[in-house]
Amino acid sequence: MKLHEYQSKQIFGKHGVPVPKGRVATTATEARQIAEELGGRVVIKSQVLVGGRGKAGGIRLAKSPKEAEEVATQILGMEIKGLPVRKVLVDPAANIEQEIYLGITNDRAARRPVFMASGAGGVDIEEVARTAPEKIIKVHIDPLLGLRDYQANDIAVGIDLPKEHWKHFVEVCRGLWRAYSECDATLAEINPLVITKENTLIALDGKMLLDDNALFRHPDLAEMRDVDEEAPAETEARKYDLSFIKLDGTIGCMVNGAGLAMTTMDIVKLFGGAPANFLDIGGGAGAEKVAAALRIILADKNVKAILLNVFGGITRCDEVAKGILTALEDVKPNIPMVVRLVGTNAEEGRKLLADANMITAETLADAAKKAVAAATA
Amino acid sequence: MSILVNKDTRLLVQGITGNEGLFHTQQMLAYGTKVVAGTRPGKGGEWVLDGKVPVFDSCKSAVEATGANTSIIFVSARFAPDAIFEAADAGIAFIVCITEGVPVQDMMRVREYLDQKGVRLLGPNCPGLLTPGEAKVGIIPGNIAIPGSIGCVSRSGTLTYEVLYALKQVGLGATTCVGIGGDPINGTNFIDCLQMFEDDPRTEKVVMIGEIGGSDEEKAAQFIASKMTKPVVSFIAGQTAPPGKRMGHAGAIIEGGSGSAADKVKALEAAGVKVAKHPEEIPSLL
Repeated sequence: MKLHEYQSKQIFGKHGVPVPKGRVATTATEARQIAEELGGRVVIKSQVLVGGRGKAGGIRLAKSPKEAEEVATQILGMEIKGLPVRKVLVDPAANIEQEIYLGITNDRAARRPVFMASGAGGVDIEEVARTAPEKIIKVHIDPLLGLRDYQANDIAVGIDLPKEHWKHFVEVCRGLWRAYSECDATLAEINPLVITKENTLIALDGKMLLDDNALFRHPDLAEMRDVDEEAPAETEARKYDLSFIKLDGTIGCMVNGAGLAMTTMDIVKLFGGAPANFLDIGGGAGAEKVAAALRIILADKNVKAILLNVFGGITRCDEVAKGILTALEDVKPNIPMVVRLVGTNAEEGRKLLADANMITAETLADAAKKAVAAATA
Repeated sequence: MSILVNKDTRLLVQGITGNEGLFHTQQMLAYGTKVVAGTRPGKGGEWVLDGKVPVFDSCKSAVEATGANTSIIFVSARFAPDAIFEAADAGIAFIVCITEGVPVQDMMRVREYLDQKGVRLLGPNCPGLLTPGEAKVGIIPGNIAIPGSIGCVSRSGTLTYEVLYALKQVGLGATTCVGIGGDPINGTNFIDCLQMFEDDPRTEKVVMIGEIGGSDEEKAAQFIASKMTKPVVSFIAGQTAPPGKRMGHAGAIIEGGSGSAADKVKALEAAGVKVAKHPEEIPSLL
């Protein structure tokens, strides 16, 4: 789950990382009021869950409350990468002396959290990692011990941070570490952390990604999810515990198991079609889940055919077929359905579905060909 | 021969009284696996499945009473890390965690601890493993595979069943099939299994099923090129997966420009591995 900049900075602030005193506005009038309270120059920052806000014109400076209102009006009317801007963060403008990158993420290969830092902040760190990896300092953290102060010192030295800031920088690192570990984040990033002309450290921008699997122990964080920012079908799917991702093809896919679901998409493509979605209905494939999944797929008007691919192992294929038939009584699709059942009692299952006028297939390749033909007919 | 589990495996089921635990214990017993004990705090002293399996309050007491050497975990995600720590502390040498949805920071701590103790974990978020004709430790349907000479290792559940089933259709069987699971941090990886299959005299060929996310397939390719004498056939799922999206499995995500299927296929082919275009092609490549 992605958090907005303002949400991430609130969390950082709570854990002792210095952040600007700004607030979020949903209207231009509110933005003006906040600018008045803050006094001086402000930055108006669009709050959407995509990168490249600055380049898109979604982050702008305003010299007065009046200008803040004007700028906020413009930004609140924008779309950035297809997402309408619904909120802006109004922050006091900082006098920047130097920009630093500081982040913590999970290093899959090392199986440890890793601090990453660079004296060249404010830029796309993935780009720096590709083009000038020597400019990034990496420090792995023992997951059983957590961050040690000496490691934060090592980072300060590594990025040539002026000595006078070391003590404060260690505190920032500790705060970021607490935010990362206490929120079960998969990424906690300050970009940029700046040294101001007044010689203080402050986190001007913040980004956090949270581990969806850990949200059960963070109900407060789970509530921060901004459903405005995701495809409505994905929100709906989550309610039924279905794993769904919308794509832009014409063949709706419904499969049990994530690996098999990806494979089904791939094979549709291999035989000249385009998958409309990824959808894992999980094991069992009961009638209720199948019905919910069908509704979600059918809500996409691009879908011209449905390919249902189920491996019946412990749940037998005839049971799965009965579940599908029950679901079809509930949702009545008016587009062709190709069904492939394989595994235990597959023949009995296929017969039940063929009797109900569905196109059945034995092999994955056969199913994909039939689905592609049905979608283009 | 086989790897990791066989007819000498003495299995302890953690969370044996839950729906999943009980159902799969029954399936494993029916397959012939020696399930010697189960645990569920508060239910010690009871028996389940018509008196076939004794239940203990803790792993420690179960191990002491029954000599269990392997455990399988069916408890929910919030309790799974603790169950793994408990099994390791009770002296279990091989732990299989079926549970899906374990937080990744928990897994980093678990893995660090187990590495220090020298305990092997399989999973989490995995279907377990099957040595056809000898032992089934997990949820892989027993009837879809026959004993044979092919070692099978995979990050996916149902996709593995597909492959086992396709092999069985043409009369090919497996030594052991290992589901390593779909999480970003897991206990046993491809290289661990490839090494064990290389060392197993009964295994003649290996099937490795990967998917998008991480770089384990690329590392496996290096290992195959430098250390393996047995032929490996592979399939990688997720050619059509968009970047930045988690495809069902927590670990199946292309991020920061790495983890794509194309990169993995390229690395494997460069290592001399035959990569199938779709899973049904695998038997013909063996």
